[in-house]
Amino acid sequence: MEQEALRNVSLTIEDGEFVGLIGHTGSGKSTLVQHFNGLLRPTSGKVFVDGADIFSKDVSLRSIRQKVGMVFQYPEYQLFGETVFEDVAFGPKNMGVPDSELHDRVDQALGLVGLDLSLKERSPFELSGGQKRKVAIAGVLAMQPQTLVLDEPTAGLDPKGRDEVLSLVAHLHQKENKTIILVSHRMEDVARLAKCLIVMAHGRIALEGPPEEVFREADYLEEIGLGVPQVTRLLQVLKKQGFDVNPDHYTIDAVESEIVRLLETK
Amino acid sequence: MAMMKNITIGQYIPGESLVHRLDPRTKILATFLFIALLFLVNTFTGYGLSALLLFLIVVLSRIPVKYVLRGIRPLMFIIVLTLCLHFFMTDGRVIFKIWFVKLTYEGLIRGLMMVSRLILLMIGSSLMTLTTSPILLTDGIESLLKPFKVVGVPAHELAMMMTIALRFIPTLVEETEKIMKAQMARGADFESGNIFQRAKSLIPILIPLFVSAFRRADELAIAMEARGYRGGEGRTRFRVLKFTYRDFVALVFVAAFVVVVGIYF
Repeated sequence: MEQEALRNVSLTIEDGEFVGLIGHTGSGKSTLVQHFNGLLRPTSGKVFVDGADIFSKDVSLRSIRQKVGMVFQYPEYQLFGETVFEDVAFGPKNMGVPDSELHDRVDQALGLVGLDLSLKERSPFELSGGQKRKVAIAGVLAMQPQTLVLDEPTAGLDPKGRDEVLSLVAHLHQKENKTIILVSHRMEDVARLAKCLIVMAHGRIALEGPPEEVFREADYLEEIGLGVPQVTRLLQVLKKQGFDVNPDHYTIDAVESEIVRLLETK
Repeated sequence: MAMMKNITIGQYIPGESLVHRLDPRTKILATFLFIALLFLVNTFTGYGLSALLLFLIVVLSRIPVKYVLRGIRPLMFIIVLTLCLHFFMTDGRVIFKIWFVKLTYEGLIRGLMMVSRLILLMIGSSLMTLTTSPILLTDGIESLLKPFKVVGVPAHELAMMMTIALRFIPTLVEETEKIMKAQMARGADFESGNIFQRAKSLIPILIPLFVSAFRRADELAIAMEARGYRGGEGRTRFRVLKFTYRDFVALVFVAAFVVVVGIYF
């Protein structure tokens, strides 16, 4: 009955890094990130945050959960507050933030996710799907975590909502200097933002490195149910057919200029 | 959270034994007969014989005895309470007395009888759910309730509601765990504080849970209608219940046992 979800997973994430965690459904990525803030306890092995073993006696899990914020899949399903304010303030309140500071915290978090402050007194259940998700993300941001784990934050959103969430994540990384761990199976989303990719398969780390290195293993990625961004695939196929291209690009812009270059030199 | 996984409603243990293969209606009726017997009997011999019958069925069903006995565990509190109330609150011939607490002969007898009745009742009914899959059980209930349709009992609807409820228990348990984790990630604490604080800390779990239960109910209703569900009228079944000679023999045997033991003990 019992199944081993993770085995031999060892990794270090530096402050200020942007890590993309990718893997097929059931590869163990969601399980792995739940260890980062002590929601799950490893049967063997240790988890360190800021150099401290999070399961040791003198570390409070609440302080770890303040440091490592976690946005779950479909976070809008955890909304419960009568008002948006109450919901967003739930996290900081639990962390012991005084009432006088709560309004600032909430305003700041709502500002980050780009929600109008006039929504504060509305019921979160009246909002649109995309707005609900932003409220839920604001609820985590209001705790002002240094590290943010986002589990499939764009799942089920329309293209506009997806772009908004992804640029929020990019903003948090670049402007707020937060360490980001983005879990996704959408290669395009992850590749655009992450400087480092970790590929999970069957509960282990299968590949690790910068996107261009990881995408070189296109055949292996396909084998474990993933793939490379379509534009990268295009370059790889061109290369195979003897064209002189560098297949290490994975953003649409870079691939475009690579193809333009190819056409011009011909 | 470990607690959540131990909730077993309809703790069915699949098997191929004689008891498993009986028609669910036979098992439901036999269980009712057995419960009636427990209320007719008022001697220890009677309870002993009832226990013997149960033991026979357990052996036939090939279900490990420890599973059967596990059914009593949630009743432990009630059993102890019943014992205490009867032991010390019944007037009669005093066996011993300490301060104002006194144990009487009548209390001892009555307490032990009530507890035997409770335990046998629990084992008897859990034996039914242990050997019958929840789906078959609801089929059986629907079929048994059918005659009462004339007086307005919505047999099909009740059975459908039970089936759906059983189907969604694991889903809701999973959902609860997910929501709990999400709120714990925001610093929620469900374990410390007094009873009022703890009750209040459940609000962030219960509200999302209700919201999603209603959403699921809506979706399920639409999905059922989209597949042509219009209630029980004229609906045929995939599993047709068959009452065989085995069921007949089993039911006659239990009925005879109940009549004989019920009258003489």
